[in-house]
Amino acid sequence: MRRMMAAFVALLLLALPAAHAVQPDEIMSDPAKESRARELSRELRCMVCQNQSIDDSDAPLARDLRLLVRERIAAGDSNSQVLDFLVARYGDFVLLKPRFERQNLLLWMLGPVLLLGGGLALWLQIRRRSGSGADVPPPPLTADEKTRLAALMSDDSKPS
Amino acid sequence: MKPLLYKITGVWGNHEGSMLLWVAILALFGGLVAAFGNNLPLSLRAHVLAVQAWVAGAFYLFILVTSNPFLRIASPPIEGRDLNPVLQDIGLAVHPPMLYLGYVGFSISFSFAIAALMEGRIDAAWARWVRPWTLVAWIFLTLGIAMGSYWAYYELGWGGWWFWDPVENASLMPWLAGTALLHSAVVMEKRNALKVWTILLSILTFSLSLLGTFLVRSGVITSVHAFATDPTRGVFILLILCLFIGGSLALFAGRATSLKQGGLFAPISREGALVLNNLLLTVACAVVLFGTLYPLAMEMLADFKMSVGAPFYNLTFAPLFALLLLAVPFGPMLAWKRGDLLGVTQRLLAAGVAGLVVVAIVWAWVRGGSALAPLAIGLGVFVIAGAVTDIVERTGLVRLPFASALHRARGLPRSAWGTAFAHAGLGVALIGIVCETTWNSEHIATMKQNDVAHVAGYDLKLDGLFQRQGPNYREMIAEFNVSRDGKSLTVMTPSKRSFTTRGSSTTEAALLTRGASQLYVSLGDATAEGAIAVRIYHKPLVLLIWWGPVLMAFGGVLSLSDRRLRVGAPKPARAKQRLQPAE
Repeated sequence: MRRMMAAFVALLLLALPAAHAVQPDEIMSDPAKESRARELSRELRCMVCQNQSIDDSDAPLARDLRLLVRERIAAGDSNSQVLDFLVARYGDFVLLKPRFERQNLLLWMLGPVLLLGGGLALWLQIRRRSGSGADVPPPPLTADEKTRLAALMSDDSKPS
Repeated sequence: MKPLLYKITGVWGNHEGSMLLWVAILALFGGLVAAFGNNLPLSLRAHVLAVQAWVAGAFYLFILVTSNPFLRIASPPIEGRDLNPVLQDIGLAVHPPMLYLGYVGFSISFSFAIAALMEGRIDAAWARWVRPWTLVAWIFLTLGIAMGSYWAYYELGWGGWWFWDPVENASLMPWLAGTALLHSAVVMEKRNALKVWTILLSILTFSLSLLGTFLVRSGVITSVHAFATDPTRGVFILLILCLFIGGSLALFAGRATSLKQGGLFAPISREGALVLNNLLLTVACAVVLFGTLYPLAMEMLADFKMSVGAPFYNLTFAPLFALLLLAVPFGPMLAWKRGDLLGVTQRLLAAGVAGLVVVAIVWAWVRGGSALAPLAIGLGVFVIAGAVTDIVERTGLVRLPFASALHRARGLPRSAWGTAFAHAGLGVALIGIVCETTWNSEHIATMKQNDVAHVAGYDLKLDGLFQRQGPNYREMIAEFNVSRDGKSLTVMTPSKRSFTTRGSSTTEAALLTRGASQLYVSLGDATAEGAIAVRIYHKPLVLLIWWGPVLMAFGGVLSLSDRRLRVGAPKPARAKQRLQPAE
């Protein structure tokens, strides 16, 4: 409890102690495969940490997962096969990027829908409002106002 | 012994003290309104202070009932509990107060909004009173977030600077809403339009501050179950949250219709651009809000555990900001009421060309690779060049002789300079972010004495490992001799500290700044044979990530010193009459 409380003040410093994620001995010999492993690691959550990817975390579990990912890659799995394998084992919790599925539809679509819907509504409203009033020229001045205006203008031109 | 600084800052290094800081800053802002609000109409000032006092009262009660900072510990630890070593840093002295000054500062705009709703009267003068307070809060929040980000960057030891952690999101959401509020308040002040929306944004911004406080203080972020086992604090804040958000929104729903709509404008106009800014910022804010709350809701309602992390936000948040940045240069150049998009595009041609040239140069330089990075850098350059164009146009630097341009530059309202600086800051930050994430080079190895690592043209030779005793820790220091092209530059000394009282350790990364780029060295575990795991990064232009927000805050300060805000809103006529007889 205390840990979490202090975490706010430190932003997340407390929850994420000094980390040394990928260890020298983990790195794969094939740089292409290693970079795939790193890419995947960034999308996988270290399940015992607070919102850390296994690429960032120094928890033993994260290390096991990193090794597991590399094992699968070495065995010839494609990226999505690796992810499927991990989800089958640990559930959706392990994915930092939720899948585009029915239960996550709201999450993924909120931004685009709000943007398009809001944009359309605003555009229509502004057009309707500006169309109803902005283009109408102001009513012409009355004779009284014209004489006042003339008096003011001539008054202004004199040096004071 | 723990240094004095950390004894002081340790006060807010825990829950109770942190809440104490919260209410202290709330009281400070209330006091400032009371002291400097002489030019406010009396009833408005009274209402604002009353609302402010309600908020304060609720949180005083919270502290008294659930988190008393003056409770005595039955058996105090002899050496004290010690402050968590990660927090023993100058960052703790600066970051939380800054962040809270921003967070809590938005309570003022909230109070103003509620007061306006209670009085049923709101006009351009109201916006002019609110704007400086909002601006002050925004400046502090901007600096607070940037500061926290830099702190995480150098303290955590792997060079990350933004993690899309719920705790960070809790501070980002009020920032996004507050930025939108700043812009809509301009429309209200200048054109008397968007009144209802501005009021709503004031309420929402502070509501998000409260929500952030709830998320972090209740522990619901760490685990829904932890919240369920000890819900006293969380439920109390939730009650405060419901009371203020629900109450203010109910008041808003009841009164908003009575506020008259103000000035009309065409879709293509300065107002239109600011509405677009508001739309994009609120949608971005909603995305962050949803990303933060969705996993909580799913776990509570559907018993489905899921995560929403950085890859999600990169995909959803970044496009929104790209759109926003694309529109930023157009905004300040469009005329009020009815703008000429084609004309503005022509005037921005030079900026656009500058952006495209940079895209081409970067593209040619990196020879292929992701097309995204050069484009994003071009966008950043376009935003900066757009801000420069705006100033050049306003001062007539190209059209007029230099002397008269200089004269006009001096006459230009400070808020115009502020806008330019703040917008340019966005571009600067974007360039830093793109360069750091795309061309960050990394070297991970186990190194022995006299081993040399080659990273991005630098050679780092490990001279040796030493032990040293600090005031309240022991540290192991590695000495690296850094050279480039055979020329020795400097010695870098990353270290690992172990703190005896808590039995924990921290990593102190060593940073070498070259221009805006940095070389970053941090240590891992030592092996039995005297070797040590080392991580070395070269982060090109990484400092721009924080110079950007500093520029933005500087723009805010310029805006704040604008004559129209210094002189203040028109005083009521009564006061004037009383001052006149001496003539």
